[in-house]
Amino acid sequence: MNTNSSNSAGDNKIRPKGPNLLFTRKSPLIDIAQLLILGGVTAWVIYKGAQAMQYNWQWYRVDQFFYRIVDGELIWGALMKGLMVTFQITAVSMVLSVLIGLITALLRMSNSFSGKLIANVYLEAIRNTPLLVQLFLFYFIVAPIVGIDRFWTGVLCLSFFEGSFAAEIIRAGIQSVHRGQNEAAKALGFSRFNSYRDVILPQAVPIILPPMTGLVINLIKHSAIVSVIAVADLTTEGLNIISDTFMAFEIWFTVAGIYLVVTVSLSLFVSWLESRAMRGR
Amino acid sequence: MTELSSTTDSNADRKELLKFNGVGKWYGNFCALWDINLTVHKGERVVVCGPSGSGKSTMIRCVNLLESYEAGEILIDGSPIKNDPKSMQVIRRRVGMVFQNFNLFPHVTVLQNLMLGPIRNLKVSKKEAEETAMHYLEKVRIAEQAKKYPSQLSGGQQQRVAIARSLCMHPEAMLFDEPTSALDPEMISGVLDIMVELAEGGMTMMVVTHEMGFAKQVADTMVFMDHGEIVEVAPPAEFFTKPKSDRTELFLSQILQH
Repeated sequence: MNTNSSNSAGDNKIRPKGPNLLFTRKSPLIDIAQLLILGGVTAWVIYKGAQAMQYNWQWYRVDQFFYRIVDGELIWGALMKGLMVTFQITAVSMVLSVLIGLITALLRMSNSFSGKLIANVYLEAIRNTPLLVQLFLFYFIVAPIVGIDRFWTGVLCLSFFEGSFAAEIIRAGIQSVHRGQNEAAKALGFSRFNSYRDVILPQAVPIILPPMTGLVINLIKHSAIVSVIAVADLTTEGLNIISDTFMAFEIWFTVAGIYLVVTVSLSLFVSWLESRAMRGR
Repeated sequence: MTELSSTTDSNADRKELLKFNGVGKWYGNFCALWDINLTVHKGERVVVCGPSGSGKSTMIRCVNLLESYEAGEILIDGSPIKNDPKSMQVIRRRVGMVFQNFNLFPHVTVLQNLMLGPIRNLKVSKKEAEETAMHYLEKVRIAEQAKKYPSQLSGGQQQRVAIARSLCMHPEAMLFDEPTSALDPEMISGVLDIMVELAEGGMTMMVVTHEMGFAKQVADTMVFMDHGEIVEVAPPAEFFTKPKSDRTELFLSQILQH
């Protein structure tokens, strides 16, 4: 009768540690060595190639584009200012694309014919045209009509683009919640809105979260496209610095490195969040 | 024979709570329910049986509009149940339902499963909801599991929680949709005991089940369905000993063989 399931962390027995693998065939040292060799070879190839075209490396000039200290005062460099703009674009677009995605997903699942039609036309139009063309449409047609500046043009364009992917992620998450859950909520007299709020979405969100992280990472990367309409984001700042200094190699490596640091730390953060959330179950 | 007349008598002076008037339902061209006429009095226990696919579940799911129906009407307290969102919510608060697969909310604790409905839909305070919840958890004898998540409970315990969850809404009637079909055999009696207690407490119940022992014990009225129609309505004494219809007799011989 009383099935006491004992899977809590408390009664984890003390067990001996695993064997030391440092100097065996499975040693992590071997992995590290492989990585170093691979990295070394890549660096050497780039270096040799640059030497062949007589490229003049000037890494020492790069740090000023991060920050400078003038008279004991910290002044952010162009790259950091650009990164901040990239963050702003990403943050606003993320909120907007989740909203657009949620509305589209609900419209697609509704019984309303026109609702479904609007959602489907939107999804097909966005997914079957290039992002760059959408940006031009927004910049040359929508922006003058609505009267918005470059920043918001970029943000809106990205939001509608990513929103179409968010819509499908959210729809899949909601539909993965068992049908019986909705019926149980209905049977207890929940309104549609409350059953989504209390029953469906709390179960869908853990399913939605991992692919949503991928979406945010895509958003950070895709935000580089606003450089085409001269919004001063990280990529634009990189372009400007290069046209001033001709340090194409250093700056592009640095810009790519900054994007990489941001996206990788974001995905590490989210997987940490997920593992923390799983522990509660 | 005396028992039979007594139930008929008591039904006569009981109030009619639910009344099916010529209810019909179609899935495309397939007729799932046809000309359902049935009256459930206040405090009456109706057990619905029949072969699978006969429309038993569909019929009781029509009461709280988990299924729509195209013909006829269902009355509660003499007034027809309408299918606009507001009236649907109201009828669902008045009539509780227990599902075959429990359908507990897995993301909240047992206690919160019981509190969510009353807080949202009866607008009671958190404290009151918790008191009611603990009261019914004690009734179904799992108060000590209140802080656990549904997945940590056995199937039988989960179904008892589901019954308690419905009761927290203070329903006037309860619908049971094969409440023991998904349970391991040793878990069934615990759930049936609770249902018997509920019946003895005077709850109006419509139960779809294959548990004929339970039916004999608590039913005031047996309903036999086949191919979307009600074939026979009779008090259990008559139903089990001398069924009027051949189809009922065949069905009973098949399920009572073992």
